[in-house]
Amino acid sequence: MYKVKVYVTLRESVLDPQGTAVKKSLDTMGYPNVQDVRIGKYMELTLEKTERKIEEVVEEMCVRLLSNPVIEDYRYEIEESVVL
Amino acid sequence: MRFAVIVFPGSNCDVDMYHAAKDELGEEAEYVWHDSTSLEDFDAVLLPGGFSFGDYLRTGAIARFSPIMNEVVKAAEAGKPVLGVCNGFQVLLEAGLLPGAMRRNESLKFICRPVQLKVKNNETMFTSSYQKDEVIQIPIAHGEGNYYCDEQTLANLKANNQIVFTYDGTNPNGSIEDIAGIINAQGNVLGMMPHPERAVDPLLGGADGLKLFKSIVKQWRETHAVKA
Repeated sequence: MYKVKVYVTLRESVLDPQGTAVKKSLDTMGYPNVQDVRIGKYMELTLEKTERKIEEVVEEMCVRLLSNPVIEDYRYEIEESVVL
Repeated sequence: MRFAVIVFPGSNCDVDMYHAAKDELGEEAEYVWHDSTSLEDFDAVLLPGGFSFGDYLRTGAIARFSPIMNEVVKAAEAGKPVLGVCNGFQVLLEAGLLPGAMRRNESLKFICRPVQLKVKNNETMFTSSYQKDEVIQIPIAHGEGNYYCDEQTLANLKANNQIVFTYDGTNPNGSIEDIAGIINAQGNVLGMMPHPERAVDPLLGGADGLKLFKSIVKQWRETHAVKA
């Protein structure tokens, strides 16, 4: 079995209105040193092993559904868990 | 002329779309459930607004993989008119039938009110009944209508005259170049955030959207008269 953690964020070049609102709030709260806030999504997937390479499968899922490459970047971590 | 109104779980403007085609235009219209696998019997495809599949993950992201979408792609390739309004526009973007993507509104608020639109391109099968630069009033109702595309895509949209509607006056959502609606290069797939199907009768507060539906029928009749 695999445990996959996927992180999706808006691309650097794309304005993040949610992040901007949170940054402003932090600023008013007394944290003027916050330079930037980016808000994203975090997903946890549990996958069974198949014949296909896990990286290839995760990459494909990220491009096809989990992120929109027009405005978002993604990264992921794959952990293999031992099932007894 | 036969219109297909695609219905996803969570669509909520399908009845208005059906009403526009069936009652206002007096054409044939039929609801088509998202897991259907044929659109062959139809001359035009309408993708309504709403919150397909709860808009989980991203707006339109899950609907884009419904079985009917393969048929929508085929209809688009065959040159049939395909109109996506609001969530329908978002689905077309996710499906890659139109370029770009949607972001949350700049204000982070869901906005529901009439807006002024400018008809930038009246030489499409959807807008031929309008004047160029005509200002019309159509309601919007969305939380994610902040259209975005990269510079190259924007340059292409401009060069090919693919920007069909822009917001006139105040831009409600922060979209790039005040874009409210765009068409594909082939000229038969239109996506727009404002709801023309909610403006087809003075009783609804305005009828400026009716000409859009009438344009579709006009174009279809002209092409089919030539063939006949």
